Amino acid sequence: MVVVCGAAGGIGQPLSLLLKQSDLITHLALYDIVNAAGVAADLSHINTPSKVTGHVGKDALAEALSGAHTVVIPAGVPRKPGMTRDDLFKVNAGIVRDLAEACAKHCPKAFILVISNPVNSTVPIVCEVFKKAGVFDPRKVFGVTTLDVVRSSTFVNHIKPQFEPQSNRITVVGGHSGATIVPLLSQIKQVTFTPAEIKALTNRIQFGGDEVVKAKDGAGSATLSMAHAGARFTISLLEASVSGKRGLVESTYIHLKGNAGAEWNARSTGLEYFAQDVELGPEGVANVLALPDLSAEEDALVKIAIGELKGNITKGVGFVTAIPAAKL
Amino acid sequence: MVKVVVCGAAGGIGQPLSLLLKQSEHITHLALYDVVNAPGVAADLSHINTRSTVTGYGKEAIDEALVGAHTVVIPAGVPRKPGMTRDDLFKINAGIIRDLSEGIARNCPTAFVLVISNPVNSTVPIVAEVLKKHGAFDPRRVFGISTLDVVRSSRFVYELDNSIDPKSTRVTVIGGHSGITIVPVLSQIPGQKFTKDQLDLLTHRIQYGGDEVVKAKDGAGSATLSMAFAGARFTQAILEATVAGKTGLVESTYVNLHADEEGTAAFRAKTQLEYFAQDVEFGREGVSKIRPLPELSAYEQTLLDAAVPELKVNITKGTSFITDAPKI
Repeated sequence: MVVVCGAAGGIGQPLSLLLKQSDLITHLALYDIVNAAGVAADLSHINTPSKVTGHVGKDALAEALSGAHTVVIPAGVPRKPGMTRDDLFKVNAGIVRDLAEACAKHCPKAFILVISNPVNSTVPIVCEVFKKAGVFDPRKVFGVTTLDVVRSSTFVNHIKPQFEPQSNRITVVGGHSGATIVPLLSQIKQVTFTPAEIKALTNRIQFGGDEVVKAKDGAGSATLSMAHAGARFTISLLEASVSGKRGLVESTYIHLKGNAGAEWNARSTGLEYFAQDVELGPEGVANVLALPDLSAEEDALVKIAIGELKGNITKGVGFVTAIPAAKL
Repeated sequence: MVKVVVCGAAGGIGQPLSLLLKQSEHITHLALYDVVNAPGVAADLSHINTRSTVTGYGKEAIDEALVGAHTVVIPAGVPRKPGMTRDDLFKINAGIIRDLSEGIARNCPTAFVLVISNPVNSTVPIVAEVLKKHGAFDPRRVFGISTLDVVRSSRFVYELDNSIDPKSTRVTVIGGHSGITIVPVLSQIPGQKFTKDQLDLLTHRIQYGGDEVVKAKDGAGSATLSMAFAGARFTQAILEATVAGKTGLVESTYVNLHADEEGTAAFRAKTQLEYFAQDVEFGREGVSKIRPLPELSAYEQTLLDAAVPELKVNITKGTSFITDAPKI
């Protein structure tokens, strides 16, 4: 059973549509604070075998989550022009914390896939909530950064048409916002880039989200491409954990400690959380792939990313661990 | 070069429909047209790593959007609110369809036109009459998408009998695309053994599936995601036949019966209907053959007898909207 929290939103609806097409899902449970029943009725008419149920309002959250194999969380508010993902923190941190608390209670063993921004901070929020409840398994909580990977392939193809975008994967490390996004273009074997091309591509990939926020002119942020990327990551995880498919690799933002193979990245970055290539398996993270040899530019970008990530992570962790003044 | 245009691309159906079409291997250029927001939706979709380019057009750019189109899919218009019939939408949607048809006649008169906008029973005749005015009507190239009725049929049958495979079990749906004009030919499902009560229930549910979703959405809209799914499925079938030359593809669809003069002569003489939904075989030119009516049970014959007069009214409403329009 897969649960989508925020299923009636701009990402949630198309994401749920794509998941309804997966043969790996037997039950799709759609949760939101409004409209989820209508979205469920709509999707339930599609002629794939999965069952669809709608759950509306906080009181329905327990029922939505009980027995969940995987919980995907696109819930929250999107950016407006001029905002950074960090500006969303005030609103989205509380939403993600509340959902995490419910998951820790009702489906502590589920895979948790976080889309809600700012991912660099919301993933630590989920992990800290699970730690507090004594149910944290670092192999099971993922920040979905797949859209950066998707954008990388697309943008490379735009300037190098011989680079086939669907079948060629590009590793993206760091985090999921602006300067924390580091696409490892030096690892691409099929084409070569001039330094100017590397710079332009990297910038476009880092600020791809802003490109869409600007084009939507106040009407929202990336929803359809995020649904595509979110569905792709969810399906990969299900193929690894349900079908037992081996060798699936995705770039994703995870808690490093407690995950096999993460020691190198933990040591070289000094961070508790980081995005890198991860091999998926039946328990979620099977193996974290060590950062490859970086180019000089990538090395510099990673250093900048680490600096910014430190702050993002502290903000997320602190949101959960800080003791409110009234309780002292 | 295969250019597919979605008119109404920023709407409730248009957005998820465009997302699904972005995944089609047959489309090289996906052009999104709407009165507002299309450039933002295009920017969003353009980041997805599949081969098609995506461009967005606003009101003033309708000609640019349509020129060179291979196929035009039209979900544009307003959706139903609880208590409304599809016919209630006529006042608003008829004008929208007429204007888009004028654009098609001007810019891409040989394109395949796939109509989703309700009431389909009337809007397809509107498209035809506008194209006729411009000497550009080819009945093999204009289709009303009734695929959601087929999708619902497969799904609802599966809910009653989960031994069948909902994905591969196709149900022929004849007549039209609204309430009592929808006639699912359930008697022709191989091996089915439904009781009369079950047939009544199934038929009613299929006929009023749309109302079920309008009610569940409680004012927030009508079927969007399932309509996008059905619309994309039909569009893919058209592309596979007309672009890839695949033979043997069949879908139930609402067409002008002159697309197959010989095959429909007897039916037209008997019913005096010019438009009807029936199983159609596709070819390079669109409609290759309209299949004869399947054998109907006595029950289905009564449904058909009720559908015919209602269809007559719907069709006249659509054709006269153009032919009776005041001339300056």
